[in-house]
Amino acid sequence: MLIELDRVSRAFRTPLGVVKAVDSVSLAFAEREVLCIVGESGCGKTTTGRLLAGLIRPSDGRLLYEGKDVWQTKGADLRKFRKAVQIVHQDPYASLNPTRTVSQTLLAPLLHHGRVRGRRAALGAATDLLERVGLVPAADFLEKYPHQLSGGQRQRVSIARALTVEPRVIVADEAVSMVDVSIRISLLNLLLSLRREFGVTIVLITHDLAVARYFAREGRIAVMYLGRVVELGPTESLVSDPAHPYAEALIAAIPEADPTITRTKERVPLRSADVPSLLDLPIGCTFHPRCPRMEPGLCDLVRPDLTAIPGDREVACHPAVRERTGQKVALAT
Amino acid sequence: MNGAPSVLSVRGLSIDYLTRRGPVRAVRDVTFDLAPGETLAIIGESGSGKTTLAVSFIRLSPRSAVVRAGELLYTKGGLTTDIRKLDDDDLREFRWSECAMVFQAALNSFNPVITIWDQFLDTAKAHGMKDERAVRRRADELLDLVHLDPRRVLRAFPHELSGGMKQRVLIAMSLLLDPQILILDEPTTALDILTQRAILDLLRELRGRLGFAMIFISHDLSIAAELADRMITMYAGRIVERASVGDLFYRPRHPYSVGLLRAVPRVSGALGAIESIPGSPPDLIRLPPGCSYAPRCPFAIDACRAAEPPLVAVDTPAHEAACIRWQDVAKVVGDAQRPVAEKLA
Amino acid sequence: MIASAVEFLRLLSRRPVGLAGFIGVVAFALMAYVAPLFVPLLTDPNIREVYQSPSFAHPLGTDFQGRDVLNQIVYGGRDILTVGFLAAAFSTLLAVSLGGLAATVGGRLDTVILAITDVALTIPQLILLIVVAAIVRPSGFLVLAVILALLQWPSLLRQVRAQVLSLKERDWVEAARSLDLGLFHIIFREMLPNMRSYIAIHFILAMTQAIYAQAGIIFLGLVPLSGQNWGIMLYFANSQGAIFFRDSFWYILSPILAIALFQLSLVSLASALEDIFNPRLRSA
Repeated sequence: MLIELDRVSRAFRTPLGVVKAVDSVSLAFAEREVLCIVGESGCGKTTTGRLLAGLIRPSDGRLLYEGKDVWQTKGADLRKFRKAVQIVHQDPYASLNPTRTVSQTLLAPLLHHGRVRGRRAALGAATDLLERVGLVPAADFLEKYPHQLSGGQRQRVSIARALTVEPRVIVADEAVSMVDVSIRISLLNLLLSLRREFGVTIVLITHDLAVARYFAREGRIAVMYLGRVVELGPTESLVSDPAHPYAEALIAAIPEADPTITRTKERVPLRSADVPSLLDLPIGCTFHPRCPRMEPGLCDLVRPDLTAIPGDREVACHPAVRERTGQKVALAT
Repeated sequence: MNGAPSVLSVRGLSIDYLTRRGPVRAVRDVTFDLAPGETLAIIGESGSGKTTLAVSFIRLSPRSAVVRAGELLYTKGGLTTDIRKLDDDDLREFRWSECAMVFQAALNSFNPVITIWDQFLDTAKAHGMKDERAVRRRADELLDLVHLDPRRVLRAFPHELSGGMKQRVLIAMSLLLDPQILILDEPTTALDILTQRAILDLLRELRGRLGFAMIFISHDLSIAAELADRMITMYAGRIVERASVGDLFYRPRHPYSVGLLRAVPRVSGALGAIESIPGSPPDLIRLPPGCSYAPRCPFAIDACRAAEPPLVAVDTPAHEAACIRWQDVAKVVGDAQRPVAEKLA
Repeated sequence: MIASAVEFLRLLSRRPVGLAGFIGVVAFALMAYVAPLFVPLLTDPNIREVYQSPSFAHPLGTDFQGRDVLNQIVYGGRDILTVGFLAAAFSTLLAVSLGGLAATVGGRLDTVILAITDVALTIPQLILLIVVAAIVRPSGFLVLAVILALLQWPSLLRQVRAQVLSLKERDWVEAARSLDLGLFHIIFREMLPNMRSYIAIHFILAMTQAIYAQAGIIFLGLVPLSGQNWGIMLYFANSQGAIFFRDSFWYILSPILAIALFQLSLVSLASALEDIFNPRLRSA
């Protein structure tokens, strides 16, 4: 495994108490993988992405890169990790320094890390990168300031910037959510092409399941709820046959760009619309107050862990596990 | 809907923004009708002019916006008035009691330092309802209608409510004076999936019970698929296609509509040939001559760049597209009742 | 460099107040530094012409020893401006480095720097200035400049720290950290350009404060008098009773006007700087 989150938690202290934004999440990524982390707001997906990129420290658990605990390494190993995992941000209007031109933004990492010697070679490399991300002719873009570029163009510059250090993993945090609908796909395709060409592992964090389905169609999806991963598996099978009731409800709830489908789609009614506060999580399965398949005496007492089910999938749900594997869950005594 | 006079008629509306670099032609020659009880979706992306258009209906445009031409006609009980010609008092009466606007809850549409009840009261008083008890009764009624608990919500400050709750409150407030028309600007953007679903279902329910006409503005095609009877796609300030929702989703005739439909992935069904539209929207100050979509259009020919194509009827009189090559588009897209991306795969 | 100077003037030309300020500052600088190269300082007393009102020979009148006031005004700028500039430079440098460091590194370093700053802020500046000046009796520029700088850095440091703390949260700073570009690069190449207008305005205001402070302590006689400058003129005007005569009115007024006009030019220039440093105005 290239990079791995091993039972990672992250707690935040708020005036009202301690909140676990991420609770014991384990995710492993191989090289050249595509994985989408999907969930609604407050599920912890952004925090998970930042933990993965090493931008914040876990309160518990380990972040492993090439088998080594990142937060225990120093010096050359740590620097190697820093460059290996890059992040592409959501807001194109905040992802670039407004006082620096595109060439300044790209040249800094190229020259700093000695990948190229001298300004001329660096400009050449920057030109290549701009062309690679589809900003052609590159010369037109080098001397521009961010406010002279469109949202989609800025995101491409962000991606080019990430590529200057030849990363092994790119974490894209809602990287297409603030961009026009008609160009989202081209940005997603760009990221996918990086995986093909450079073998980069791409982790896309999004709240849009349709985007996730498209982007990770050859990869996996992880569904998060209130800080935990509740379902994990290959995209097509997860989307066509969700195991966790929350995933099922999400997929059924999405409005689709097709009148016939969307007006006849069957919704999964939930028992309650209230999302529990992270300060006061329900006992047992955190989804049980809203879950249509909730089993009293089980779901409200025992917290389900991510368990393997057929099809190389995992789900954290007692009824679902029992149904798909025949295993029974031992009740807490 | 046929035969009934339109409740709102827009004729040849053109709006410019005055900027230092020159006038930005945000809305160009927009014409459409809204029948009573009908739901119309105006779909466009950034720079399409949709929001400029929407705020102009209730004359809420910023001072830098200038209406160059056009009429906005409102008809009720046989009487037609030009909204543009209303004086301040009549305008205030028109706003909210005839036509109300629901803004994006996520965009700080509330005064953060007063309670929801105070906002209700302020709005009611501003529109002539002075009896506090009557307002209270009405607020209870409306919050009930949107499935919120009045006792909890009215006491709260905006920051104490979730995004979905705030959007419901805005919808409730808009219904205060029982308007004929509701205009919604990006009603579900920035909301979570499950909350979105709840709001969409709520709008459908309210529409059924109260019978108002709705115009909603969005970049999200799927909301149109959910709720709209008819749709308009806008590009660079102009209407490029106008059709019933079925016609537009399954039989689009303008290349931009086709491009937009192909750029949106779905969760259900086959993925189909999904791809982006290349290029970017044009500079609204210096528009290229001819069709403004031509630089990005796979069907473009020289004739397209000569003159701006007018909206012409295609297939049926109720379906119009602004493209001189619509028949070629029709040949590619076909007539089958299936999503465009699937058909083109 | 030349391109940015031309750009600067172009943007300035659109802002009349700023342009007027810029011209004023340049004019004073030329007068203070260049004029003395061509015109000698007239120091010979001329008892017959004591406290004369303005005339063609003496446009601003004469002082208590019959010397030309205008001549002294021309000469009087150099010391004041130089010390003001140096004091502003020292305090800005100190505040920006320490404030930036405190905000970026955080933790204990931040707490320590903040504590020192807060203590320094509570000491009344005027009293401190008087006491330090009386003890040290600064006779050179540098010493005086350092003393003045030491009074100004605390408030600027707090503000720079606050700015950097807010900039630290920006996505592009996070990206720079992710790219492992190093603390120096992040503070000086990424964040500092976003604070340029901020720092320039503070520099100018620090200069105005330093000039007032100088004029003050010289006027109060706390600094050994040497050479000739506006502050010294004020001192003598006061101690030699110029305020009691009608004809000597200009001897008092001239240095006051000189100081005031220079300060006004500085402040006017500062008012335009925020706009000028905004990159959004730089496009073609």
